[in-house]
Amino acid sequence: MKKEEWNEKVKSCEERQVEFTTVSGLPVRVLYTPDDIADIEYDRDLGYPGAFPYVRGVYTNMYRGRLWTMRQFSGFGTARDTNRRYKYLLKHGQTGLSVAFDFPTLYGRDSDDSFSRGEVGKCGVAIDSLRDMEILFRGIPLDRISTSMTINPPAAMLLAMYIAVGEKQGLPPRILTGTIQNDMLKEYQAQKTWIYPPGPSMKIISDILAYCCEHVPKWNTISISGYHIREAGSTALQELAFTLKNGFTYVEHGIKAGLSVDKFAPRLSFFFNAHLDFFEEIAKYRAARRIWARMMREKYNAEDPRSYLMRFHTQTAGCTLTAQQPENNIIRTAYQALSAVLGGTQSLHTNSMDETYALPTEKSAKIALRTQQLLAYESGVANTIDPLGGSYYVESLTNELEKGAYEYFTKIDKMGGVIPAIEKGFFQKEISRSAYSYQKALERKQKYHVGVNVFEEEERPEIEILKISRQVEKVQIQELRKLRKQRNNKRVREKLRMLRKAAEDGESLMPRILDCVREYATIGEMCNTLKEEYGIYHEPIIF
Amino acid sequence: MRGKIRVLVGKPGLDGHDRGAKVVAAALRDAGMEVIYTGLHQTCESIVEAAVQEDVQVIGLSVLSGAHMTIFPKVLKLLKAKKATDILVIGGGIIPIDDMKKLQRIGVRMLFGPGTPTSEIVDWIRSNTSEPKKPSRRAKRSVKKRVTKKRKK
Amino acid sequence: MERFRAVCMNDIKSLLKGDKRVIARIVSAVEDGKGEDLLESIFPHTGRSFHIGITGPPGAGKSTLVTSIAKRLLGCDKKVGIIAVDPSSPFSGGALLGDRIRMTDLALKDNIFIRSMASRGSMGGLAQATKDVALVLDAAGMDYVLIETIGVGQVELDIAQVCDTTIVVLVPESGDSIQAMKAGLLEIADIMVVNKGDREGSERLVSELKFAFEMREKEAGWDLPILKTTAIKDEGIEELVLALESHEKHLTKTGKLEQERKKKLLLRMHELIERRIRVHLQKKVIPENEIKQLMESMYKRQLNPYRVAKKIARRIIRGSR
Repeated sequence: MKKEEWNEKVKSCEERQVEFTTVSGLPVRVLYTPDDIADIEYDRDLGYPGAFPYVRGVYTNMYRGRLWTMRQFSGFGTARDTNRRYKYLLKHGQTGLSVAFDFPTLYGRDSDDSFSRGEVGKCGVAIDSLRDMEILFRGIPLDRISTSMTINPPAAMLLAMYIAVGEKQGLPPRILTGTIQNDMLKEYQAQKTWIYPPGPSMKIISDILAYCCEHVPKWNTISISGYHIREAGSTALQELAFTLKNGFTYVEHGIKAGLSVDKFAPRLSFFFNAHLDFFEEIAKYRAARRIWARMMREKYNAEDPRSYLMRFHTQTAGCTLTAQQPENNIIRTAYQALSAVLGGTQSLHTNSMDETYALPTEKSAKIALRTQQLLAYESGVANTIDPLGGSYYVESLTNELEKGAYEYFTKIDKMGGVIPAIEKGFFQKEISRSAYSYQKALERKQKYHVGVNVFEEEERPEIEILKISRQVEKVQIQELRKLRKQRNNKRVREKLRMLRKAAEDGESLMPRILDCVREYATIGEMCNTLKEEYGIYHEPIIF
Repeated sequence: MRGKIRVLVGKPGLDGHDRGAKVVAAALRDAGMEVIYTGLHQTCESIVEAAVQEDVQVIGLSVLSGAHMTIFPKVLKLLKAKKATDILVIGGGIIPIDDMKKLQRIGVRMLFGPGTPTSEIVDWIRSNTSEPKKPSRRAKRSVKKRVTKKRKK
Repeated sequence: MERFRAVCMNDIKSLLKGDKRVIARIVSAVEDGKGEDLLESIFPHTGRSFHIGITGPPGAGKSTLVTSIAKRLLGCDKKVGIIAVDPSSPFSGGALLGDRIRMTDLALKDNIFIRSMASRGSMGGLAQATKDVALVLDAAGMDYVLIETIGVGQVELDIAQVCDTTIVVLVPESGDSIQAMKAGLLEIADIMVVNKGDREGSERLVSELKFAFEMREKEAGWDLPILKTTAIKDEGIEELVLALESHEKHLTKTGKLEQERKKKLLLRMHELIERRIRVHLQKKVIPENEIKQLMESMYKRQLNPYRVAKKIARRIIRGSR
């Protein structure tokens, strides 16, 4: 049959929807054919895994050599509670740790700060000082595990604590492996966990880059995150474009701080969302790899191929989980995990079914981990590389997303770059508009969410949930007060003064922060010291 | 004729997840209401003070941080202290069903779980503000009665 | 709704004492256009506060500036009222009011009252309602009432005209739009502020403004200040507050304050008469069915609006005698 003939024929068929689009609203045609990818030149545009432009994967034999890291994000209560959960997850086959901190820690506030009331240990583990960090990793040798820490404004402090814990275990910083998120740009854009204004935040990030280049060379210094941008309501395209643009902004700042691009770029990693639309997500990861590789080579003149690699962690989309029929979340998460694996992720977190109610129970966390293990060991999807490469649809969508991303880059450049665009509220506006129009699409039933606007049920099943006792806050505050009595406060004050001085003089903060940490200065004390010098950030008013 | 419905949408505490709050705020605006948006990281005190000065009929709080059992009771207490218990307190976020029940028992008028259509929130506000209540003694007494009745059940 | 009456008519005393809940209620009543009786009773208690308008394009940092000014005034033991006006959606009539974001801490202080107002779009209604709300805050004992509006249209200019002093705020980025705004905003300014003064282009904007004002006809005894501020860092606010004080002194000394306020009261009276007549006209003078007929006849060119108007006006004037 000729294409024209088929085109005529399909036009006469009735369709079940007025319009077919991806979850992000990109139009989807009824069929994709070789015509849609006629422009693609295999060697130039796709290439081989582990070779430029890395569309098909960053490593030569991908999952045939080593599976992705199964890294479940977790943390709650006190360091003691979380340490127990880590040991449980490791026992069940998890291969990397990922620390979730509570809100006070994320904002650089101590547990006894008035703003922390009611929040201590609720959304993650409460860490006030090195003392808590020692407990968190008790019995876990840091040379045998890689640890990811989702921490942003106080990233330098938590990294310093991790280094200090290593020292206590007799391990030099150079062998430590792991990641700090340390991505402030997306905080201003989407996740909204900030302390200082963008200028000082970028300075601290540059300090961390420089320090790690020299002392902690295996550490991933920034996890450039689209995850939160997407959770805040962006489209896949916005997630892709904003995240990469943020990445390039860090590269530019690193270069401006006098670092050679090949020295720090190989330690930048990424963090994406795995959302509902299966193919769109796969195309997003593939497009990201191509854009990063090309820009790093062509625009930023990186020469070390490791600078071209867009390595990334993926988490399934928390915002797609439903409180209604929570067991469905297991299946939803499984499909999303599959897209991340087919998209070539380096590590993966799968959400638990009960997360619209609370942090996961032990049981639901285990099911989430098992979801990954089923994919890895039963499904066969990890047996060959990029199995969807060459798909007319996936390749065409990859191209389309790539093109859209470059259009956003131009737009942002015209505003003077990422930071001026943040100050104008550009990202915030783009994201909240997308969020609102998606919500409207759901309410008009132009998009479906099973259990929410289609196949609804009246009754919400009672499910078991994890409760964080009010005791946690009390205990944590007691421990903190005890620590303040026990430590050498004169030395703490002295080290904090030196931190302030380094900030005033524009010197690198990392060595000073390490000094403070070793004396058991708290996160709140360090952050407040820096606040005096740097001031605090005010969000532009944007709707 | 009824005056404009005014609603305060607030994000108390440290949690920065403002997607839901903003979507709801936009939906209420599009339903013709005047929405006072307080921004992120608000204390309960400033939320209640704003609600009083803005003379809103409803306070809507979005809490995803797990601090709901601290925040909602505190807001209710502060409203009581300001003799502003006629302002309805509603909310949404990541709140376990048990906690929802507890909060509704102490006076939170409505809690909307994830996935609630915004139209449902609009309808609820419309039907519960159509007769703005005077903070008169009689009204207070009748509210109390209803609560105690419920408890007996 | 009747709630305000029940709560407030008996509570004029509480208003005068500055009870925030009562102020808030009365403001709502006034906003909803149902506060005329109240306004009558509070009017004798007004005329004591000084009204400052702050206007400028969106994104000029007006809220931050207002917050900084308010802080200074509070520091001098003054009572401060703030009215922040934002546009209503022309489609739904709703509004998203976010000016408080900058002011939440401030709002907790004793001597301050902050109110967000939506423009509610009705013709001239915004200006009228704002004036009335300012009057309520005046009666509540505020020493200063700061009225923040987006300076884009005629309506905002009207509001600025009810104020004793008008501050026009611009930012370096708004440079291009100055031309367009010259006729409006710049005419009404008593004090000119270039905010975000740490940004590129602020010096240039200041000198452009100086040039523009040299061409404006000078007011005797008042040399219009053009100030540079960086409100977010609280820079230049001291100078701005000083300028406000000296403008206030200037107005008092020259007798201009009294003169202008008398003029404004007359204007207000005229507006109120017009409003009454308009309502009367719509409701009573021409019965519903006659309106339909009139429209039909005018459309068919059997009657003309000039003639009809003359006839109806005559009827009203005769009736009123």
